[in-house]
Amino acid sequence: MIFGKIGISAILVLIFAASTAAADESCAAGKTLKDGVLTIATGNPAYFPWVIDNDPVSGKGFEAAVAYEIAARMGFDRDHVEWTSTTFDQAIQPGPKEFDFNLQQYSITEERDQTIDFSAPYYAAAQAVLVRQPTVDGGATPTLASLKALKWGLAAGTTAPALVQELVAPDSAPLLYDETADTAEALKAGQIDATMMDLPTALFTAAVLLDDGVVLGQFPKGAEAPDSFGLVFEEGNPLRDCANEAIAAMTEDGKLAAIEAEWLQEATGVPVIE
Amino acid sequence: MTPDGMKDAAAGLKPVRGPTRREVREARLRRRSMLIAAASTAFVVTLVVGLVPMAPGWERVQKSFFNPDIFAETFPGLLGAFLLDVMIFAWCAPMIAVLGLVIALARDARSPALFPLRLFGTIYNDVFRGVPVILVIYLVGFGIPGLGLPRPWNSPYIWGTVAVVLTYSAYVAEVYRTGIESIHESQRAAATSLGLSHWDTMRYVILPQAIRRVIPANMNLLIALQKDVALLSFIGPVEILRQAGVYKSIHANFTPYLGAALIFLAVTVPATRAVDRMIARQNKARS
Repeated sequence: MIFGKIGISAILVLIFAASTAAADESCAAGKTLKDGVLTIATGNPAYFPWVIDNDPVSGKGFEAAVAYEIAARMGFDRDHVEWTSTTFDQAIQPGPKEFDFNLQQYSITEERDQTIDFSAPYYAAAQAVLVRQPTVDGGATPTLASLKALKWGLAAGTTAPALVQELVAPDSAPLLYDETADTAEALKAGQIDATMMDLPTALFTAAVLLDDGVVLGQFPKGAEAPDSFGLVFEEGNPLRDCANEAIAAMTEDGKLAAIEAEWLQEATGVPVIE
Repeated sequence: MTPDGMKDAAAGLKPVRGPTRREVREARLRRRSMLIAAASTAFVVTLVVGLVPMAPGWERVQKSFFNPDIFAETFPGLLGAFLLDVMIFAWCAPMIAVLGLVIALARDARSPALFPLRLFGTIYNDVFRGVPVILVIYLVGFGIPGLGLPRPWNSPYIWGTVAVVLTYSAYVAEVYRTGIESIHESQRAAATSLGLSHWDTMRYVILPQAIRRVIPANMNLLIALQKDVALLSFIGPVEILRQAGVYKSIHANFTPYLGAALIFLAVTVPATRAVDRMIARQNKARS
């Protein structure tokens, strides 16, 4: 573990040294909330595997690592990055923001884009169906016909309710909850059979929050409703272009894929729903 | 005597009493205060309507809170979801009225042998008035079904209702109790001297007066209950507040919340006015 930490930080230091030298500092200059400091927001709590141990400052977890990498390429080293937290809804409402950008698995949608600005996508998420073992024993299979008959429960503020309506169209109206933790609670209580969330979160919930969670299946990436995560900016914030440059560069040189490989295990065992 | 009255008297007719000088003056005062009230209200409204749109962020706020298209699109769905609130309210209110009364009577038990009953009533009220409603809803709504009840007995509708009834019964019980204690001890004494038993005294003498006395206070609790029913959405049921939230996340716009607020007001404002009138009537009857 210690070796791992040292290894990672050594790599990061190297990257930062390389990137800050190469960064075009003029892009983000004077466009941040506080001069010379980049203020990044995420959720509280922020969940595994996006942020490890709810501590984004550590740079551990997919979103924390991506945030630091983008910051570095915009010319902010680790000491000039400040973290703050907002609720999911706070960031997508209109008006001035207390952060330069916010990342907590915000799906890019046209409607949200009218009140805020999204960066280019930094992750394309497959949507997964999470159930408990008794439901599987009861004969649930990763087919649309079987999914239709289940009782669904979803997190209301997310894109999941619309997606389920579109992809599954269940027989009975889904129950809705504040957040994914509550849907896990309802699964435990047996009030719902199935819920939908992005695959990494589903794998974490199945492994940690539930004793007998099963990720029944995933909808293929690039299904009718591909779900891509983007950074959230205040409407019209010029900083977005700098972040987009950084994301484009990261995608180009494979750094983004490397971060993804490090923090988001490829879920090979999850069947694709036909 | 007004000049009119003099003329009538001169004509030998029965004098018609015109308004006295004092009544004329009071009418004039009333008219004047009405005018002043109307003018100041108009002034304030003009200020609000005129100044708010001059704020720099008004266009954005208007776009995301007062969007007529989205309002029209989501309002029918919100009305449909509000039916669920009304239904939950309709089956909770009678249960709360009954359970609250039972607990109030338990707290009023006077014989020493029934002390455990009093103790239970006291503890019940302290606990359920001391814990936020939403906590009770979470604990009861997720906790009890988690014991492994089969469907449909683990439905959030059932346990959400139980949570609301438990909490509100404690408040209503306290209101009943103040009503019962406000009936003078002499009434009990009189009933006892007539040979009525403790329960008969309660049934025929104390409760009819006590309940009548606390109707306004209980009505206030009813109005509060109407709003708190929305808290059931935390454990799954899609009622108006949640439906508004869903529309909000679909359209990334807050107008649906405005629609929901208007629907709530359409119900609570008339109820509140009715309670105020009732209280005023009672006060008049007492004075």
